[in-house]
Amino acid sequence: MINVITMFLFNIVVYNIALLYGTTGEIMIEKSGSLNLGVEGTMAIGAVCGYIAACRTNSLFVGVLVAFLTAGLTGLVFAFLTVTLQANQNVTGLTITTFGVAFYYFIGNGLSNSKGGWPKLNDTTLADQFRDVEIPLLSKIPILGKGLFSHNILVYLGIAIAVLMWAYFAKTMPGLKLRAIGENPGAADSAGINVTRMKYIHIIIGSGIMGIGGLYMGLNMGGTFEGSNCWINGYGWIAIALVIFANWNPAKALLGTLIFGFFNTLRVYNATIAYNFPNTLGWLNKIPAQFFSALPFIITLLVLIITSISKKNSSNEPASIGRNYYREDR
Amino acid sequence: MSAAIELKGICKNFGSVAANKNIDLSVGKGEILALLGENGSGKTTLMNMLSGIYMPDSGSIFMDGKEVKINSPESAGKLGIGMVHQHFKLVERFTALDNIRIGMGKEAGTIFKKDTTRKEVLDTAAKFGFNIDPDKYVYNMPVSEKQTLEILKVLCYGAKIIILDEPTAVLTVQEVERLFDVLRKMKSEGHSVVIITHKLNEVMDISDRVAVLRHGEYVGSVETKKTSEKELTELMVGRKIDLNITRPIVEKTHPLLEIRDLTVKNDEGAIAVDGMNFYIRGGEMLGVAGIAGSGQKELCEAIAGLRPIEKGQMIHEGESIVGMPPKKILEHGISMSFIPEDRLGMGLAPSLSITDNMILKNYNEAKGIFVDRKSARQEAQKTIDKLEIVTPSTETPVRRLSGGNVQKVLLGREIKAGPNVLITAYPVRGLDINSSYMIYDILNEQKKKGVGILFVGEDLDVMLALCDKIMVMCHGKLQGVVNSGHTTKEDIGLMMTGALNIVNKEGKTDGIAKDSAIEEKKEEGHV
Repeated sequence: MINVITMFLFNIVVYNIALLYGTTGEIMIEKSGSLNLGVEGTMAIGAVCGYIAACRTNSLFVGVLVAFLTAGLTGLVFAFLTVTLQANQNVTGLTITTFGVAFYYFIGNGLSNSKGGWPKLNDTTLADQFRDVEIPLLSKIPILGKGLFSHNILVYLGIAIAVLMWAYFAKTMPGLKLRAIGENPGAADSAGINVTRMKYIHIIIGSGIMGIGGLYMGLNMGGTFEGSNCWINGYGWIAIALVIFANWNPAKALLGTLIFGFFNTLRVYNATIAYNFPNTLGWLNKIPAQFFSALPFIITLLVLIITSISKKNSSNEPASIGRNYYREDR
Repeated sequence: MSAAIELKGICKNFGSVAANKNIDLSVGKGEILALLGENGSGKTTLMNMLSGIYMPDSGSIFMDGKEVKINSPESAGKLGIGMVHQHFKLVERFTALDNIRIGMGKEAGTIFKKDTTRKEVLDTAAKFGFNIDPDKYVYNMPVSEKQTLEILKVLCYGAKIIILDEPTAVLTVQEVERLFDVLRKMKSEGHSVVIITHKLNEVMDISDRVAVLRHGEYVGSVETKKTSEKELTELMVGRKIDLNITRPIVEKTHPLLEIRDLTVKNDEGAIAVDGMNFYIRGGEMLGVAGIAGSGQKELCEAIAGLRPIEKGQMIHEGESIVGMPPKKILEHGISMSFIPEDRLGMGLAPSLSITDNMILKNYNEAKGIFVDRKSARQEAQKTIDKLEIVTPSTETPVRRLSGGNVQKVLLGREIKAGPNVLITAYPVRGLDINSSYMIYDILNEQKKKGVGILFVGEDLDVMLALCDKIMVMCHGKLQGVVNSGHTTKEDIGLMMTGALNIVNKEGKTDGIAKDSAIEEKKEEGHV
């Protein structure tokens, strides 16, 4: 029984941390005043490129690096189109999603049908690098310890990114300048801040972070490629909603990920839980499986409704989000 | 006096339009230069080239005898040029200190924020006599405080040449005085100041020298001491012009629109209009004075039916219009033209042609599902001829017209509907003298026809000359209704800030008509 709770907690974290990458990456981009709807595609590109690089080199580090760089390159395309060429951000983002997911299938199917086949994760030393690392002391806490403080290195990296990003926005000068751009690029420009350069840098870094999240999803699924099911599977879209739920705060994104992960994990484990707690939670078994499959998206809808109702005064949405900045505009 | 900055042969084109043609201008050290010109004469364009927003197509800029290139706001800042734009460049969600901090360079810290900035900001504020709370958020500041912050920001960045684009447009009389004190202080510190304004009395008051632009060309400059308002106007317009605003006296009829105890909330849910009483008679122009954001917008919207009211009565010719949809109110004869700060935002569809904008409000009068463009075009042409709107054709998108002409289109449409109550808010906002006078003429003509006009305005001099009565609002409350012939600008200024309230003083009953339709009804009810 205790094992079930531990396992449940463990899975909340391990199956959903990719959302944290997607969300924090998007927060960084949105803080610069750009709305990138290409999260899904950016994650897919980082996932497939990072995974192949990791398998080929037997190095998780190289995989993460390649995922970051290829997704960052996707971000560069977005930045070039929207910042330099002033293209519509929504259309550009949607294009990147379409392109990225198609790119994923293109590479995946191509490799699967080639002589060498799709690279496997299990046969390499990569799995060892991706093993769970226990945090001393904390992981010894009964029930919670093994659930929350014994994870692979990328879980820790994701949490570290969220915390560091929070500090970056709240405590540093470049973070303050970035927020100024997202709020009022004209004011930032007249204060002597290089708006274009700052936007490029942060769009690229934000996209790179999403890419690591994509790679994480692939690794967590054991690296098996299915021709009809993308690893990212809509998580990129959920990340965009989580940005709003988190009120553009990377620290709150962590909380959002866990709450969302709870329902997501319930989908997989409702039968197990019902079996282990027949008296109190036995009713979980009576709910059809389809409902649980739809749950993440129902929750996303609810989150958007609730945050939209309550956001009036306390929203941290960057004021100039979605609008391109052109200095000579009148 | 040696020149702090010199412009030689500056040209700037936007597409095929020449905004600045071969302009030579110099600003002396410790000089206050007023830059004067009609709308579209290229003042703001010229100043934007000094502040790095635009790059000149040709010509050169010299500072202290050396040629300089200004290709971004950053490089302008480094050269010691700072501009206070008409639309403030402030981050609303930041504190005053953070707004200044982002442009301070290394002194504010490269990675982590340094708190030495605070001391620097407070020192500069003290030096120039500003009173500012560095931790106050910009969204909590009234307009005048935002402007103070803008000026302080520019000074903290070490600007020696300070450009102010229509700084007095949003200020009360008392606030303008305070601003001018600051400018004089800057001057005594050796700073150069360029101020753009449409108000000639202010030019005479503050400047040492006046430079005039007309149609993008430099006309010349005169010493303020040796000139007059009349001469400046002639320089600006290029011909003689009568500066007097006429106020035709029309016999007033019964109260057309009566507002009683009206309370309206704003978008944030706070009380914007608080228990207002007033009425407008036929053939009367009632001015509404108040600091920007005192509830004028909400009041107009409530009368036009665009905003639900909390409580109160709105009676139009004996019938209550409370709760009526905007279309019904329009059919009743109440028409509104509201000129927002960005001019195009409310009332007109910028990308549609003049014709299409003209029929926006009565599209449903035509029979069938197709638009009758032919007769609409004729109607549009009539309005264009009558109001002398300058446009290539009736099919020109409204956003391509100059500000004055846009406003004429809007007023023209409202008048065409033949209202008996006309609500007009800021009809001359941002307009030059020539266009403004034409708008006043249009309004006076309506008044002569017996229309009751509610004129929400900014310039007290104009309102005193044009309106029959002026009612003053402060924080949504009525401060009193005064007869324009028997009051002073200073009194109205005091009322605007809430320092003076004359409602129901000396036995007067402000805002309630003696022959009110509402009271008659009440009495009937009691009997």
